Amino acid sequence: MMRAHFSINVTVYSNVYYLYGANAAYLEKKGVMIETENLTKKFGDITAVDSITLSVNEGEVFGFLGPNGAGKTTFVRMVSCLISRTSGKARIGDFEIGNSADEERIRRIIGILPENVGLYEELSAYDNLDFYGRLYRLGEQIRREQIERFLKMLGLWERRNAPVATYSKGMKQKLAIARALVHEPRVLFLDEPTSNLDPEAAKTVRDFILDLKSEGRTIFMNTHMLDEAERICDRVAIVKTKLIAVGSPQELRQSLSGRRVRVQVHQLSEPIIAAVKDAGYKVEIEGQNAMVVSVNDFAHDNPAILKAVQDAGGSVEFMTETSFSLEDVYMKLVRGE
Amino acid sequence: MNLQNAWTIARKDLKIYIKKSTIMYSTIALPLIVGVVFPLIINYARLRHSNLSAGVAVNLLNAFSIWFIIGALVIPTAIASYTLVGEKVQKSLEPLLATPVSDGDILLGKILSALIIPVAALYAGAVAYMVLMDSFTHSLLGYFYYPNWNIGVILLSVPLASLLSVEISVLISSRINDVRSAQQLGSLVVIPFFGIYLLAEIGFFSLNTSNLAIIAGALGALDVIMFYIARATFQREEILTGWK
Repeated sequence: MMRAHFSINVTVYSNVYYLYGANAAYLEKKGVMIETENLTKKFGDITAVDSITLSVNEGEVFGFLGPNGAGKTTFVRMVSCLISRTSGKARIGDFEIGNSADEERIRRIIGILPENVGLYEELSAYDNLDFYGRLYRLGEQIRREQIERFLKMLGLWERRNAPVATYSKGMKQKLAIARALVHEPRVLFLDEPTSNLDPEAAKTVRDFILDLKSEGRTIFMNTHMLDEAERICDRVAIVKTKLIAVGSPQELRQSLSGRRVRVQVHQLSEPIIAAVKDAGYKVEIEGQNAMVVSVNDFAHDNPAILKAVQDAGGSVEFMTETSFSLEDVYMKLVRGE
Repeated sequence: MNLQNAWTIARKDLKIYIKKSTIMYSTIALPLIVGVVFPLIINYARLRHSNLSAGVAVNLLNAFSIWFIIGALVIPTAIASYTLVGEKVQKSLEPLLATPVSDGDILLGKILSALIIPVAALYAGAVAYMVLMDSFTHSLLGYFYYPNWNIGVILLSVPLASLLSVEISVLISSRINDVRSAQQLGSLVVIPFFGIYLLAEIGFFSLNTSNLAIIAGALGALDVIMFYIARATFQREEILTGWK
């Protein structure tokens, strides 16, 4: 299941030119980048992550959805080698989590944006990135180029020498993303990347994530912003300590219960609702003159619904197909609504 | 442990301290007082009391010089508390722990950054102290009192005492979320040594070179023990999940 070509020598990584070379190869071949098998974390009697098995492909934007306390951050901390696992297995590329030699290699190929940006407020943006560039052993010239590249890309270059304390929340978030990228990681873990941002800053960050995706990076994103996950994630997992569902947003929407049709009538009445229900359909009332009817096959069911309404003395103004949103799926799976 | 990583972390911390005037003032205040004000007091006493004997002057010189060890126990707590609790409050430890540096590299970097400025300030204060004391007491003693073995052992004890102070701050930082409280608790490390100093001053024993060497040895032994305890406390997982 794991890719054979993705073996990295740590000494090679000390030279960023090789890193770019490795990335070029990585763009060409797709495989599994993050893989977990029954990954579990317990804190005393509390199980924070319960036997999660999933895989994330290279170049994929993977959304990890769940309510607060669902174990999202704990999961990311485990796969990024920040905390140990209680049981189960996990791999990033060819490297195994729990193997101390591999863990250092994993840290070299991942970048993390924690929920709290954790920047050094007294230092400038440039110095913050320079510090991290040094820890990743980037040479001086490469470091300078990388810092300039990302600060310009995120619109922070003009303010590069100002203390981070003077930055807005959105600027800090962007800088934290630049920090996670300064060493050109293959895998990026983003914990709530747009939370607390104004709509404009959130859009900038989302667009930037899509840019990163187009570069072929694997992006693992914790979020509870469902519309965001729907817009930018290739696949999402819904978790609540355990893995509840995984698939593309479209697959999850379809998996909920097939299709729905919204029927707008001139005057909605009890006999009309009863008639549609009697015809064997599940009905939800929506406003004063509309109902949402669950169907299996539009071609067969739409005429039957139309007939039922007309037989009950109603007149249909229009019928439109409606689909479940990811939010519907989430509510259904997580909260049982 | 990787010295290059540790130095990178220490350098970053030093860059931050230099911008923090309160830290800088609290770091240089005591060395300045001991290094300059104490000699001026001796000089004042010498000029006001012409009967000041050489024996009393030597006792004062020895007593005052002990303050460099007291300073070494107190001053680093300000920086050590800031570097650990400050990072904890700023939530900057998680991204740092996610880099390919080891826990030991980070701990060593933190220790270095908390040691360098206080030890440098105390050594600079000690140089000023020796030069001024010698110039003020030469006519009274008939010779230059400094340098001597006493001050040599004291200067050896300065980094040892500072290291102990930083290691205790690491332990305190794991349980405290407020820089000021951490500093106040950390500075309590001076109490046992202050007790020794008072006992010496009231004549229970003398702070001569051999006794000072015993104290330096004890500090060194405590440093080793505390390093292992601090190392055990400073673990990635413990920091992220156990530190309050």
